[in-house]
Amino acid sequence: MQGVDGFMYPNEVELQWSLLIVIYPYITGLVAGAFILASLERVFKVEAVRPTYRLALLTALAFLLVAPLPLQLHLGHPERSFEMYLTPHRSSAMAMFGFVYLWYLTVVLLVEIWLEYREDIVRFAQTRTGAARWIYKALTLGSENVSPASRRIDDKVGYVVTVIGIPSAFLLHGYVGFIFGSVKANPWWSTPLMPIVFLFSAMTSGIAAVLVLYLISMKLRKTAVDMRCIDTIGKYLFYTFVIDFSLEMLDLVQRTYEADESFRSLDFMVHTRLWTSQVLIQILLGTMLPLCVLASTQLWTLAEAVRRRLYVIASALTLVGIFAMRWNVVIGGQLFSKSFLGYTTYKVQFAAREGLLPALALLILPFVLFFILVKLLPPWQKPAAEA
Amino acid sequence: MDTTRRELLIQFSKVLVLTGTAARALDKAGEAPEPGDTYQMAAHWWGMIIDIDKCIGCGNCVRACSKENDVPEAYFRTWVERYQVNEDRDHPMVESPNGAIDGFPPTTRSDVKSFFVPKLCNHCADSPCTQVCPVGATFISPDGVVLVDPDYCLGCRYCIQACPYGCRYFHPQKEIADKCTLCYHRITKGLTTACCEACPTGARQLVDLKNPKDPVHEFLRNNKVQVLKPYMATEAKVFYKNLDGSVR
Repeated sequence: MQGVDGFMYPNEVELQWSLLIVIYPYITGLVAGAFILASLERVFKVEAVRPTYRLALLTALAFLLVAPLPLQLHLGHPERSFEMYLTPHRSSAMAMFGFVYLWYLTVVLLVEIWLEYREDIVRFAQTRTGAARWIYKALTLGSENVSPASRRIDDKVGYVVTVIGIPSAFLLHGYVGFIFGSVKANPWWSTPLMPIVFLFSAMTSGIAAVLVLYLISMKLRKTAVDMRCIDTIGKYLFYTFVIDFSLEMLDLVQRTYEADESFRSLDFMVHTRLWTSQVLIQILLGTMLPLCVLASTQLWTLAEAVRRRLYVIASALTLVGIFAMRWNVVIGGQLFSKSFLGYTTYKVQFAAREGLLPALALLILPFVLFFILVKLLPPWQKPAAEA
Repeated sequence: MDTTRRELLIQFSKVLVLTGTAARALDKAGEAPEPGDTYQMAAHWWGMIIDIDKCIGCGNCVRACSKENDVPEAYFRTWVERYQVNEDRDHPMVESPNGAIDGFPPTTRSDVKSFFVPKLCNHCADSPCTQVCPVGATFISPDGVVLVDPDYCLGCRYCIQACPYGCRYFHPQKEIADKCTLCYHRITKGLTTACCEACPTGARQLVDLKNPKDPVHEFLRNNKVQVLKPYMATEAKVFYKNLDGSVR
């Protein structure tokens, strides 16, 4: 059979989860990572990252709004997806997605953004004209009280929401890892490390995304970059990436040493079909190289301009590496037969429903939403209290 | 107009109640009476026994299943594999050309042991596919058959990923998960499955584990019986007699 080596069960030849399902954990990972970076400032009082606090929140929201779209596009019957809310099957990891998502979107992210921006929203509602005025009026939700006492309440509530938000962000992405990690039929996925690996890779990619967006935004706005801020973020990116990579290597060493019945099959796959995406792109280009770049910024005192460039390079490579990791998990997990006797091939179509074109659109859409959100809720302005 | 608002509301409520009651009555009247069904789901626990030594790899079962259940081309609710195993038991040569719907070409190899393994959904009592379904569209019926509700399945394909045996597929036209129903439409009428009926050697037999008179009990007592991938702990209900250890 074309594209098949060895023996596959006849129904296995076709891959079930496509490129869109690669994008889904990638996007939710960016959400969780960006939020955790935001919470550094709010909960852990890392003042240095303050300039990216609002940016990180808007990044998380822009990606979170897009997160369910690849799933909807992938479903055979998206019109029935609401059944997950109405009649969820409690033993299903996937059924909980809807609830975790809604919880995260409404209880955590929207509330935190609203509290953070409330003062600005009220000011805009009073100063802007035309349609914008009505939009901001609506966004005030009827509360125009921005007295110091009321802002103190906002701050306290915001703190509580962030504290709740951290485990929620862990839950959001740890749970995505669990969707894969709990499939006992698939040895490539089935490992208790999967949720933890997903979590740390999420943090890594989210931090990298915010760092890149911050540097690009500053460039576009021709504003000076806060070096203390990006040095701190670079440091956190380095630490989380080291943990993420260590966990992945731990998984690899464990599999190699145990060498159970699936090992030969998986080992063969890594050396053939996944060689480029796993070894070259994920491990060398997307992990080792950015780690070396980040390590150089930690080890040596480099000029600001050089550091800025290195951070952009490291972050961009990190984003590529984490995307490759999602690809290798999702697609790699379907390339071998559960009989361990054969391998199939995945070819991405272009303009099909689950092809490259919609995938690219779904990857670009968060940036469009981010742009709109930044226009609507400018993250650059300092709160009135500081202004 | 001398009708007060209060009177108007009362009149409106009356109309609402009356039309509601009438609609319910009409619904009741329109309902077809339940067919006189003598089939008791709780009285059965279906499974299958397969005698490897009896299977000749003719593919009759695959053809019968495909026709009976309108299985889309290139997908299989049941299929047959041919194993050719030499001393290197870890690397058996396995084939199932088009699910063996046309049987197998004769083999010329004499240095191997060769045998056929019919496969189908194992109708696991502890099935991973039903566990993962986000809406419960796939479920185990009270008589032990794993089924999919075609009007409820979202088409997320999580169940296909969760099945260790590769028994499920995504129906290309209906866009839902599809699988062997153990010919539920037949067995609930006292018939056997299409595959068992078509088997010329009796290699596969539908069994009812709850029926004390079913030959399955003697079969399980008197033979060396194995299920596929027992380490998956799915409580599979397709039992193989003389299954070689090389079978995956």
